[in-house]
Amino acid sequence: MEIIKLFNALPGACAQGLIWGIMAIGVYITYKILDLADLTVDGTMCTGGAVCIVMMLNGHSVGVSLVCAFIAGMLAGLVTGVFHTALGIPAILAGILTQLGLYSVNLRIMGNKSNQAISVDKYDLLISLRYIKDVPFYKNTIFIVAIIIFILVAILYWFFGTELGCAIRSTGSNPNMSRAQGINTDFTKILGLMLSNGIVAFASGLYAQYQGFADVNAGRGAIVIGLAAVIIGEVVFGKINGNFAFKLISVALGAIIYYLVLQVVLWLGLNSNDLKLLSALVVAAFLAIPHLKGKYFAKPVKKGGAPRA
Amino acid sequence: MLDIKEISKTFNAGTVNEKTALDGLSLHLNEGDFVTVIGGNGAGKSTLLNAVAGVWFVDEGSITIDGVDVTRLPEHKRAKYLGRVFQDPMTGTAASMQIEENMALASRRGMLRTLKSGITAKEREFYKEQLKVLDLGLEERLTSKVGLLSGGQRQALTLLMATLKKPKLLLLDEHTAALDPKTAAKVLEATDKIVNRDHLTTIMITHNMKDAIAHGNRLVMMKDGKIIYDVAGEEKKNLTVRDLLAKFEQVSGEANDRMILS
Repeated sequence: MEIIKLFNALPGACAQGLIWGIMAIGVYITYKILDLADLTVDGTMCTGGAVCIVMMLNGHSVGVSLVCAFIAGMLAGLVTGVFHTALGIPAILAGILTQLGLYSVNLRIMGNKSNQAISVDKYDLLISLRYIKDVPFYKNTIFIVAIIIFILVAILYWFFGTELGCAIRSTGSNPNMSRAQGINTDFTKILGLMLSNGIVAFASGLYAQYQGFADVNAGRGAIVIGLAAVIIGEVVFGKINGNFAFKLISVALGAIIYYLVLQVVLWLGLNSNDLKLLSALVVAAFLAIPHLKGKYFAKPVKKGGAPRA
Repeated sequence: MLDIKEISKTFNAGTVNEKTALDGLSLHLNEGDFVTVIGGNGAGKSTLLNAVAGVWFVDEGSITIDGVDVTRLPEHKRAKYLGRVFQDPMTGTAASMQIEENMALASRRGMLRTLKSGITAKEREFYKEQLKVLDLGLEERLTSKVGLLSGGQRQALTLLMATLKKPKLLLLDEHTAALDPKTAAKVLEATDKIVNRDHLTTIMITHNMKDAIAHGNRLVMMKDGKIIYDVAGEEKKNLTVRDLLAKFEQVSGEANDRMILS
């Protein structure tokens, strides 16, 4: 176990963490703001990459391809939203249905192949695992993705401060009150799901470029990684600042921590096939901690007044 | 102002739990009427307000607010005519949002929500002034999360939010029932203040007979989804709790424990 091997792997882990950080910001919108667990993202985390890579292979620019990936994700969110609101299917089930359907759609997009490779030498990719070291900083993947995250956070910060954004937040906080205040909660839920899945698909488009291929299994367990990032970000940075922009940034930082920890675990000799099990256990543990804390370790609250003799 | 014609609502129709909550009920309110509604548990008081608010659609009959037939209008579209305060203090506000954000949401009731700023500096000053009416010191805590407030404070805030944009009709669903007597009195006082100031047409459900007599210009008693007693003007002013209990026993042959106690 040479420590130098670990250090060599860290920039790559950082870049992956940042890309998944964008994805996790998407998950944050549904899980934290709308109070829905949206499993659609396991499908959209592949759809975005498939759309992006196939469009680039067909000669479109990386910008147009990423925008189309975003739109494809929004459509997936729309489907889940309609399943959930208009058709009354519980949110988790609605997400699972869309995710399952997307598996076929994703294969169709990739021309019935389970993956589509794109060469970094022949195509003008925005980011790549080859652009981590030995490139000028403005071409460096870590730099570019970090800039994208700052722009994304700025846009979301603005959006959730608008009338429409506030309506989405109040829908997640109290749907009954929102309807009493004239908010169409079906519409705001659909809008939130579309925005979330659009962002996830955009991250997927970046991730496929980073890896150099789109893969039909790219999204398997994506929701768990997204949740891990949200929860780690909250646990580590939650006490520092309650500002919304900072919360989004801490989600991205949570994703980086997640990937750095994974890298260390791999370096310690864990088989990469075991990672999903590890991820699931880590997220289960973090979700369980608040519950167990409240149940078994709750300190009796001291009320005012003299103690009983 | 409000015209309810022969509305009926049955829950769980065709099952053993079938319950006719509203049974051909009619009620007409004039502009500026302040009606208090009393009745035993399960009489259909809250169901009546939910029918007006559009939480679900009635099975039969029609509801007209200020000349607009709202019978088939969904809840969020009806909201522009209505201000609502609920029994549970947690129901009327968004706990994870700030006081001023909650008020900004309420002041845009019935308006199209766009990409304009969710709250402006000018609004903040206005909200501060409005909060002073409540006399709870909330005007100094505009950016506090509503979840940090007590039940009474949340209820008072909900009342303010319901009336921030003058509603055609104010619906109060036992809005002081979950509060301690002192806080309840304070919220009721604020209710009177605001209703009188803005001449709001109001329906207030209460379990407290004294409150029902002391507030408003008209009193309605419900039983089994129907209105069984309707009194207004001088006759209402001269009512006593004893009169009401006698009336209640006369028409129903039973007195409700909770009503006697209160």
